[in-house]
Amino acid sequence: MLQGWVVVLASFAYIGLLFAIAYYADRRADAGRSLIDSPYVYSLSLAVYATAWTFYGSVGRAAENGVGFLPIYIGPTLMIALWWVVMRKILRISKQNRITSLADFISSRYGKSALLAGVVTVIAVIGIVPYISLQLKAISNTFSVVLRYPDIVMPANVGEVPVLQDTALFVALFLAAFTILFGTRHLDTSEHHEGMVAAIAFESLVKLVAFIAVGAWVTWGIYHGFGDLFARAAAQPKIAALLTPFDAVSGSYSSWVWLTILSMLAIMFLPRQFQVTVIENKNEQHLNKAIWLFPLYMLAINVFVLPIAFGGLLHFSGGGVDADSFVLTLPMVERRELLALVVFIGGLSAATGMVIVETIALSTMVCNDLVMPVLLRMRALRLTERPDLSGLLLGIRRGAIVAVLLLGFLYFRLAGEAYALVAIGLISFAAVAQFAPAALGGIFWKGGTRLGALAGLGAGFAVWFYTLLLPAFARSGWLPIGFLEAGPWGIELLRPLALFGLGGLDQITHAMIWSMAANIGAYVGVSLMRAPGAEELRQASMFVDVFTRPALVGAAGFWRGTAPAADLHNLLARFVGATAAHEAFEEYARRRGVARAALGPEGDADLVYFVETELAGVIGAASAHIMVASVVKEEALTLDEVRAILDEASQVVVYSRQLERKSRELEAATAELRTANERLQELDRLKDDFISTVTHELRTPLTSIRAFSEILRDDPKLALPQRTKFLDIIAKETERLTRLINQVLDLAKLESGTADWHATSVDMREIVAETVTAMSEVFRERSVRLELRMPGVVSPVQADPDRVKQVLLNLLSNAAKFCEPGRGRVEVSLDEEDGAVRVRVQDNGPGIGAADQKIIFEKFRQVGDALTDKPQGTGLGLHICRQIVERLGGRLWVESRVGAGACFSFTLPVPPARRVLPAARAA
Amino acid sequence: MSKRVLIVDDEPNIVAALEFLLEKNGYQVQVAANGEEALARLDEFAPDLVLLDVMVPKVSGYEVCQRMRAQPKWRAIKIVMLSARGREVEVEKGMSLGADLYVTKPFSSAELVATIGGLLSPQT
Repeated sequence: MLQGWVVVLASFAYIGLLFAIAYYADRRADAGRSLIDSPYVYSLSLAVYATAWTFYGSVGRAAENGVGFLPIYIGPTLMIALWWVVMRKILRISKQNRITSLADFISSRYGKSALLAGVVTVIAVIGIVPYISLQLKAISNTFSVVLRYPDIVMPANVGEVPVLQDTALFVALFLAAFTILFGTRHLDTSEHHEGMVAAIAFESLVKLVAFIAVGAWVTWGIYHGFGDLFARAAAQPKIAALLTPFDAVSGSYSSWVWLTILSMLAIMFLPRQFQVTVIENKNEQHLNKAIWLFPLYMLAINVFVLPIAFGGLLHFSGGGVDADSFVLTLPMVERRELLALVVFIGGLSAATGMVIVETIALSTMVCNDLVMPVLLRMRALRLTERPDLSGLLLGIRRGAIVAVLLLGFLYFRLAGEAYALVAIGLISFAAVAQFAPAALGGIFWKGGTRLGALAGLGAGFAVWFYTLLLPAFARSGWLPIGFLEAGPWGIELLRPLALFGLGGLDQITHAMIWSMAANIGAYVGVSLMRAPGAEELRQASMFVDVFTRPALVGAAGFWRGTAPAADLHNLLARFVGATAAHEAFEEYARRRGVARAALGPEGDADLVYFVETELAGVIGAASAHIMVASVVKEEALTLDEVRAILDEASQVVVYSRQLERKSRELEAATAELRTANERLQELDRLKDDFISTVTHELRTPLTSIRAFSEILRDDPKLALPQRTKFLDIIAKETERLTRLINQVLDLAKLESGTADWHATSVDMREIVAETVTAMSEVFRERSVRLELRMPGVVSPVQADPDRVKQVLLNLLSNAAKFCEPGRGRVEVSLDEEDGAVRVRVQDNGPGIGAADQKIIFEKFRQVGDALTDKPQGTGLGLHICRQIVERLGGRLWVESRVGAGACFSFTLPVPPARRVLPAARAA
Repeated sequence: MSKRVLIVDDEPNIVAALEFLLEKNGYQVQVAANGEEALARLDEFAPDLVLLDVMVPKVSGYEVCQRMRAQPKWRAIKIVMLSARGREVEVEKGMSLGADLYVTKPFSSAELVATIGGLLSPQT
């Protein structure tokens, strides 16, 4: 099924499918339901980076250099990690300024210089032409290889085929027609090509699937998996040499580094990458996903490069088959016709995708930044007076597309045969890398000037031309080869491949070192020689401070010109058509919040700025500036005025930041104060409660004392027994009062931390014994039995003996108080476990309910037998006990059930060094 | 016929003093140790005046006062509130709940007796 007509038919069918997708996406876009407004489509469209070079060339390079093909994919992966900083900024700038191309971007930054835009365009076209020729070469070569099926015959040398019979010419013309249909069917004010992006994203899928299919087939179809394939490859000394990463690449480490840097810059500044990444971007947020999806794509399409390369080397060990064609020739020689066709379509995808986007990007640049500015300046053409220029614009773009592709074909005829696919591609990479200093410097450094950018680009491009492009021509026989070997006019220092005696490097590294040195040196050096002018300063500020400058100051704040609104309207209409111009003005009026008619006959600076930006979206900033200048009576701002505006703006920014910070600080301080105040109020309330409670507790005994003393005073004839009883009550209540006062003072000392503590080594057996003896009289009085159980030895604890006694006394008097006289029994026991001495006071009183077990340790909370009188005591005892025990590092708690007595326990920790051995205790 | 006074307090010594004072001045006295008991005694004892401590167990003095004022049959009974808590709010609360008097502990025995006498004399 690989007859010529089948291949051609399949190709046309495939391209027809692309058209259908593009058409559908355009229709969706017109209906306001964008197909490409998705991070996944965006990431796939970025994969236009992978061209025929990746599809066929990586295998070729791997067959020659082993893993030497990798830096081209490592670079983008590294760069994309920085995109959150770099590309987000470029995106924001481009959207604000309606940038239409890379040339537009650079020229806009340096004061909308038409000259700079032209220089960038020329460099881009010359630099990219070899790259386009690479795609032509890939398509035409694979086509002729497929046509010779079932034989494997490499295509003839280019020179041997007459121009008019060369497949590449027809491929070029066909692609031109295809691109014209794709990219320039109509004129879009913002250079969005939704259909094209959708088709490109689809192509990225197709080439990935095709490549993985052939890779998987080689790995598992021909061989038995990676292990088998690599083992066989390693068995061949020639192939085994490829497996060491650095030795295989000429120039080794420096090559790796420079190739990586080169591709880092290429992913940003190749015109097609700039087109899909920046111009076609629908939403800044899509970057977030692309940052990991795109590297994933790169990984997926590279997994099978080595297996296919090794498979090809093993299969065609006799040589005679170009390694660049392994992807296609392996299925062919194994008679897998369908797979071969899929591969061919995959390669076609990779090549056409690149060519379409690249030529559209270049044609926009050629039209907006090269041809239009020149035409607009030629007064003889009276272009500024023509009513509708959109037809002219389309014509120029179509012409540019054909011209760029024919240039590609020309390069292919002239130099295409001398290099492998990858080498051709690298020449283009090195050319676009020259944009990096001016573009990256422009978004981070306000000091760069128009002259600096021109000097840098010029110097870098000149070195590139001399060290990369001329040698390519020389190798192809169009220049005397002696030029390479001996240098021009025999001057050795000027040899293009070892400039100023810098030898021993591969060609790309050598060219990159010299061109970057010249480029950056000239850019920075010339920029520093003269301070930026008014226009440059304004644009620099709009680019560098895009995130910090308030949008309002960034735009019309710089403008002073006025123009009749009707003139401005007509100007816009000439380029975008009457309807679109009308809509734009309506939109503008809506944004200003007024009716269209209310705008008045004289357009102010804001309207002028608006029209220029709209126009810039169609014809680029430089041309738009010229066009608007023709109708605007602009009073040019002086440098000092621009500076004043910028200073003012930055002061406003600084001031508003300070305000924001201050207000945040104030908020935080207020919150802190509020919390502190709440805390104080809470403390105040607690103190208030405490005082109120203490007062109540003091007044209660005082009441009895006062009442009875008054009774005794007023009634001298009271009987003796009654008198004695009343005096007894007075004495008891006085005691109660004293106890209360002492305990309150004690608590105050404990809580404020001013209590005196005399910590010594204490034998708890002694303390317990002494306290029990002291209390035995009380127990006898109440007829409550008191029992004591102690082991022979316990470890000494560190404690204040008086405080420990105080706790135990309190627990014992509580126990005595709550036990029923006669039946009461209290058991005190002492033991030691888990590094602590534990004292237990168990009674057989009424017990304490679960809910009350917490309450009893709180201040002034008592739980009595509800049926009888309320308990005696202050309600502070247990609270003080707990404070003391916790202060000594122990724990005080109660275990009880209603009706089953209560068991109060407390522990005191034993310092580790003092522990008595269990054996000693048992004794 | 002597007037009847119900003492509601849970402090035995205070109760003892009040009991002695009032009996000496010719009143018939009964004692309730908590609010619940006090309410239970009202119908059976039919006091002319209740000496009501605010902080009694089970049903608080405030609540007893409130319930008494809600019942028409008890509305005529005079209520003297006693409390060791003497803050303004507490006095106001007691008065607004319908007490005739709020006395802060410790009190002067002579004054208390005179006040009770005044409250129970026919002309008021």
